[in-house]
Amino acid sequence: MLIAVLSCFILACFAPWLHRLGGRQSGWLLSVLPAALFVYFASLLPEVSQGGQLQFAYPWFPGLQIQLSFLVDGLSLLFALLITGIGFFILVYGGRYLEGHQSLGRFYIFLLGFMGSMLGLVLSDNLISLFVFWELTTVTSFMLIGFNHEQEDARKKAHQGLMVTVMGGLALMTGFIMLGLAAGSFELSTILASGTLTEHSLYLPMLLLILLGTFTKSAQTPFHFWLPNAMAAPTPVSAYLHSATMVKAGVYLMARLHPSLGGSEAWLLILSLFGAVTMVTGIFLASRATGVKRVLAYSTVMALGTLTMLLGLGTEKAALAAVTFLLAHALYKGALFMIAGILDHSAGVKDFRDASGLRASMPITTVVAILASLSLAGIIPLFGFVGKELLLEAVLTASIWQIGLTIATLVANIMVVLVAAIMALKPWFGPQIETPKKPHDPNVALLVGPALLAVLGLVFGLAPALAGNGILTAAASAVYGQPVTIGLSLWHGINLPLMLTISSLIFGLIMYRFWAGWRHITRFMQTAEKFGPEVIYERLMLGMTTFASWQTKTLQNGYLRNYLITTLGTVIIIVGWALLRVNQLELDINFSDIKVHEFAIVALLILSAIIAVMVRSFLAAVAMLGALGFGVALLYVFFSAVDVGITQVLVETITVLLLVLVLYRLPEFRSLSSSANRIRDAIIAGITGLLMTVLILAITSARQLEGISDYFLQNSGPLGHGRNVVNVILVDFRALDTLGEIFVLALVAIGVYAMIHLRTGALPVTNSDRRAAFTFRRSQKEKMKADEQAQKEGEAS
Amino acid sequence: MKPRRFNMRSLILNTGSTLLLPLLVLFSLFLLLRGHDEPGGGFIGGLVAAAAVALKLFAEDYKAARDMLRVHPLQLVGVGLVLAALASLPALLVGQSFFTAQWWLVDLPIFGELKLSTPLLFDIGVFLGVIGTVLTVVFTLAEAEHS
Repeated sequence: MLIAVLSCFILACFAPWLHRLGGRQSGWLLSVLPAALFVYFASLLPEVSQGGQLQFAYPWFPGLQIQLSFLVDGLSLLFALLITGIGFFILVYGGRYLEGHQSLGRFYIFLLGFMGSMLGLVLSDNLISLFVFWELTTVTSFMLIGFNHEQEDARKKAHQGLMVTVMGGLALMTGFIMLGLAAGSFELSTILASGTLTEHSLYLPMLLLILLGTFTKSAQTPFHFWLPNAMAAPTPVSAYLHSATMVKAGVYLMARLHPSLGGSEAWLLILSLFGAVTMVTGIFLASRATGVKRVLAYSTVMALGTLTMLLGLGTEKAALAAVTFLLAHALYKGALFMIAGILDHSAGVKDFRDASGLRASMPITTVVAILASLSLAGIIPLFGFVGKELLLEAVLTASIWQIGLTIATLVANIMVVLVAAIMALKPWFGPQIETPKKPHDPNVALLVGPALLAVLGLVFGLAPALAGNGILTAAASAVYGQPVTIGLSLWHGINLPLMLTISSLIFGLIMYRFWAGWRHITRFMQTAEKFGPEVIYERLMLGMTTFASWQTKTLQNGYLRNYLITTLGTVIIIVGWALLRVNQLELDINFSDIKVHEFAIVALLILSAIIAVMVRSFLAAVAMLGALGFGVALLYVFFSAVDVGITQVLVETITVLLLVLVLYRLPEFRSLSSSANRIRDAIIAGITGLLMTVLILAITSARQLEGISDYFLQNSGPLGHGRNVVNVILVDFRALDTLGEIFVLALVAIGVYAMIHLRTGALPVTNSDRRAAFTFRRSQKEKMKADEQAQKEGEAS
Repeated sequence: MKPRRFNMRSLILNTGSTLLLPLLVLFSLFLLLRGHDEPGGGFIGGLVAAAAVALKLFAEDYKAARDMLRVHPLQLVGVGLVLAALASLPALLVGQSFFTAQWWLVDLPIFGELKLSTPLLFDIGVFLGVIGTVLTVVFTLAEAEHS
């Protein structure tokens, strides 16, 4: 199991080389892995469909009780099969779709990385590892959405998706920690087995935080805006991430946690309400859009809303409806997205208004598109019909807002029919119009995915028991928390849901007839969008950057004195407050055992500090500071901290060297500060010194816990093989700290190097700078040549 | 304001540095190697070595110091970090937790017992890192002065 998840990441590392090896057929080559994984997961089917559960555990951080554990039950297996199955087609499809793209190799890396993260997400049994995979999907999808990173729009949209989902991810993590504490375990299998948590005092905050995470990921209103914007990604990515996998991660998590968190009033209200609103909003926006991918994206929002609503209702029927709808949706939406890509690839069509009458030139694509759209519309005998019947039955038997939810579902269904009709009819039938590219049926690599997915929709529709007994009942049982006994069937008899389906079909087709008119009537949305969530999001982002730049300007204004005042002021406030809170401050001041030479050193220290402040020359001040440092070093030596003493001496020496180097850059010594400033600075400096002295005295006299120095003194010989305790601490006992410190040193070195070279303009340019400069010069040259040529021609004529 | 040139060339310093330099470098290595038992160690040794090169800079000029070091000091920082990080790994190979010190005692015929260990490797990393950092700063400042 571990190998299954990791293999995607491993293959991702080698993808660019394999891509070079595979050439044109690299998509086929790489797709061997998802195919093999699909077969592996399918081999687990017999056991899981009997209601079995498989668990795999590998120790990861044993000290923190985090283990890499995997749980395979109906729900996770359904997702794993979808991820690997559709992933196979996407790799084949993507390899051909992006053929010749210069960074196709990188595309494979991200796509395979995403596949691995997604598999990890749905198979994880541990909340922490689930969260890690969750964030990995966010990061890889960011890379995929912004794949065409030369376009500013793609970068912006990728950033938007990232910000929204990462914000949700933060909330999710907090929710997970609460969940783990409440349930007493971070293992999902234990949490699910320990019964419901709705009575726990942390229930509501934990539920809200987790839902914030799932709602942002699954694009529920008001976070729905990022999903259609993510269509900036290449179409194979949209087909994979935004139909079958990533956006369903939120749905997966809600389904997964339903047995533990579901069943409460809050769960029912929040999920049904947000789900229903998202469903209607999504399909309404889809009915208005004209861009091929945008229509599909908004209808995906609708599907996600529907799934959330069903999970909110949480009945046995709703659970079965949810998993059925999920499978049906993944099949037809994956196919339709790939067809959208074919339209773009083979005919250059990105907008439904630009396509008509393509059936003659693209016959196979037309058939596949119609088949998938029929499933979307929910027409018998396709699998979409089964899902839609169950959906209506679940809504009709809902425990709250029956009428409202039914009407919302009906309205949504009418518009779904409209969208399906657009997809099935608009580009293919009617008079033939000119398209940017000469339309033709694409290569088999592009067609095999949508065709097989669409045919599967038909097969499962004709034999629903195949899907039902195979996996869906087991998946629904995992969602419901108890074995689900209802089977799937195509024909439920002539009943209310059927009537509703038929009426939505009729109304939907009527709407298709007046599609242009409908878009005209609803054009008020263009004004409404100015106040929509996306605008609020942009305002918030703008506000954040404005605040950040204000804060940076205020706190880091480039004046060293201000930095010092801020730093020392903060120290004074925090340390002073802490000292004031201590009730009995015992200061153990005792001058009796101080020797004469120690007094002398202290006098020297004080004297040099005073002189350093008073002198009117940089060099003298530096020398005085040096004297101060050497005095401190002497103190160390007298108190038998030889190592620290030596270090102090060396650091002082080098500091003086550095200051001497810098001194020559400084302007002449002048008095610029007013007396008021100096008094202020003196007060701050005085308080800081006093406070530190008091603090140290207080700490030494009020030590409560036993120090660790005894341990180090006793063990540096036997454990560290060294007599110099300071060094043993540095390189052995606390080696990790030292490692961190030398990394900081390295950062300082790089910082100084960059800062000074940047100022003098001597910083070596990077390779990309060089390349950019080169192309710029070449284009300038070519332009000049062309101009000359044009001039000559002009003269000649 | 008239720019003041940086010129500290003096015969005494020049001659003295030629004698002192090898001693300082040897001393820094001595400090590094004996650090585990007596005062010293990678940090202190690194500072001494850096001071030695800085002495060259002051006694002669920037170019002489640069030539003496041969490599760019930032490269020393990189090598130092890699060595220090590598020292954390051998423990994993023998199944102990990250960064546990490993000791290998080697008997050499004439010199006696030689104690090789990951803390030593780590300390060498610290040594190089410190030299590199200090010299990067010194060289950068001197170079800015030079140009």
